[in-house]
Amino acid sequence: MSTNLNYEKYKSDGSHLGDLLEWVDKRFPATMLWKSQVGEYYAPKNFNFWYFFGSLALLVLVIQIVTGIFLVMHYKPDGNLNANGIPGAFASVNYIMYDVPWGWLVRYMHSTGASAFFIVVYLHMFRGMLYGSYRKPRELVWIFGVLIFLCLMAEAFMGYLLPWGQMSLWGAQVIINLFSALPLIGDPLTIWIRGDFVISDATLNRFFSFHVIAVPLVLLGLIAAHLIALHEVGSNNPDGVEIGDKLDEKGIPLDGIPFHPYYTVKDIVGVVVFLAVFSIVVFFMPEGGGYFLEYNNFFQSDPLKTPPHIAPVWYFTPFYSMLRAMVWNFFWIDAKLWGVIAMGAGVVILAFLPWLDRSPAKSIRYRGPIFKTLLAVFVFAFLILGYLGTKAPGYKFFDTGFLDGDVIAQIFTVYYFLFFLTMPFWSKIDKCKPVPERVTWK
Amino acid sequence: MSNQGKMDCGRRRLIVATAAVGGSGVLAALVPFVSTMLPSERAKAAGAPVEVDISKLETGQIMTVEWRGKPVWIVNRTQEMLDTLSSLDSAVSDPKSEKAEQPQYCEGVSRTIKGRNPAISVMIGVCTHLGCSPTTKFKNGAEEGMPADWKGGFLCPCHGSTFDLSGRVFKNKPAPTNLPIPPYRYLSDTRILIGEDTQGA
Repeated sequence: MSTNLNYEKYKSDGSHLGDLLEWVDKRFPATMLWKSQVGEYYAPKNFNFWYFFGSLALLVLVIQIVTGIFLVMHYKPDGNLNANGIPGAFASVNYIMYDVPWGWLVRYMHSTGASAFFIVVYLHMFRGMLYGSYRKPRELVWIFGVLIFLCLMAEAFMGYLLPWGQMSLWGAQVIINLFSALPLIGDPLTIWIRGDFVISDATLNRFFSFHVIAVPLVLLGLIAAHLIALHEVGSNNPDGVEIGDKLDEKGIPLDGIPFHPYYTVKDIVGVVVFLAVFSIVVFFMPEGGGYFLEYNNFFQSDPLKTPPHIAPVWYFTPFYSMLRAMVWNFFWIDAKLWGVIAMGAGVVILAFLPWLDRSPAKSIRYRGPIFKTLLAVFVFAFLILGYLGTKAPGYKFFDTGFLDGDVIAQIFTVYYFLFFLTMPFWSKIDKCKPVPERVTWK
Repeated sequence: MSNQGKMDCGRRRLIVATAAVGGSGVLAALVPFVSTMLPSERAKAAGAPVEVDISKLETGQIMTVEWRGKPVWIVNRTQEMLDTLSSLDSAVSDPKSEKAEQPQYCEGVSRTIKGRNPAISVMIGVCTHLGCSPTTKFKNGAEEGMPADWKGGFLCPCHGSTFDLSGRVFKNKPAPTNLPIPPYRYLSDTRILIGEDTQGA
């Protein structure tokens, strides 16, 4: 093996810029990194609409980090009441909204960005389910993705406490108390998480620390791992065929095109459309109809009074519905712990998808009617669970007596889990169409 | 990898031993960091008893006081309300409050101190499911938007657990136990001290 392979490959063309690049390349693999990850990263040429959401997730991440940096300059994680009887944190958010120049914009970008992150990530995950992007050899890409999703949920949950409004307090109260369902360690664990016997200033400060430092660091590491794993195995595509199997004489995939400029340019189109929609929300409907910022969170937190209707922000509601659906004590485990198990398992089960799916075809284009039907019902069930999670317990559809929301949530919760648990059987017997050797492209 | 071929067992044992010592050092270093997240001395010291004057609490009314950062309810129940309690024994999951956290001296369907006014109920108004504070639904079902056989009690807005007027949880609801009762004692007929009791009083 020859050493210094890197800089010898990328000799200067004699210009000053070329000399500078060669100087850098002798010391840092700049050209090599650029070429392997972007300039000569060959992606399938048949990416469609669904492939915008990975790059958009990165964009939203940047928006959240940048707006977050500026918010921290003015925000104070203070749960104690000030001279006006308003908690410091709640007051500092109002200060950002009313007194800091353009503070309202940065804050609305951050709060809208949280919802945008989940919209983009849910669509990104659904793309993976449509085209079997989690299948071998992309299991680790998918697992890193599930971990990113978990981190994102933690990040969003802790961020939601910071405005210290009514929903902040009571939402955190409910979620932290989930851990009290664990046998033996439950109660000491919740006290340790809160740092107090109730949610207090101590809880607020540690959530602030996790929200701005710990979780973002982990998130960045996981995103790097997600991308490194992706670039190791190459991107999947809407046909679910491996482009790496058909190479030209130079070893380049016949159906591959360099990520740059082809997909950088394509993704910029996605960015422009996304930013247009994002701006409409930020400027004209920053509360998102009460779904992005809940109305009760405009009241300062009151530890003595739960708002009459409490629900998590929309992106947690499908899993929240699963939590609420568990009202029976099975075996020796009581309903409370079952609820927690259901909520946690609802997310964790996603990580097993690569091994649950045994279909011969990856992409929905070549998969059979069983998958298409069950997936359609799965999406419907997930959306209805999400909708019901925003409603109070005892909700009835169309005010009818028989479409009981609680029962429907229980049925769909069972369906959600059965979809995954029975997948090894039905995915195997499903009648798939033959998968082409090369990607289809008109 | 270098562990192909011959292995020096003595060195390997030393490496394992060194790693074990180093690892236990790392674990020990975790202790102070994890401990900083426990309640501070100041947090532990908070929580003095609260004295409440109930002379202005009308029958059928509820008042809320803060004790250790939690809402404590004092309900002055009407005779009619008290009469419904026994009839609910089969509908609640723990009619005798055997699982519930409550002081030894509280008993019966009224869950009050023996020998004191059974109408005055003192409870921590925190749902035993996930800690929301239930809302009052004291009137009948139709007026409160509850089922027709509702006889008054509390509804947790978060996950729909329902409690009767003694804080006993109804069957098949997510809350595992009845609402807890804090330690308390009467200073006089109209003054209650919450957070402190005289054992066996």
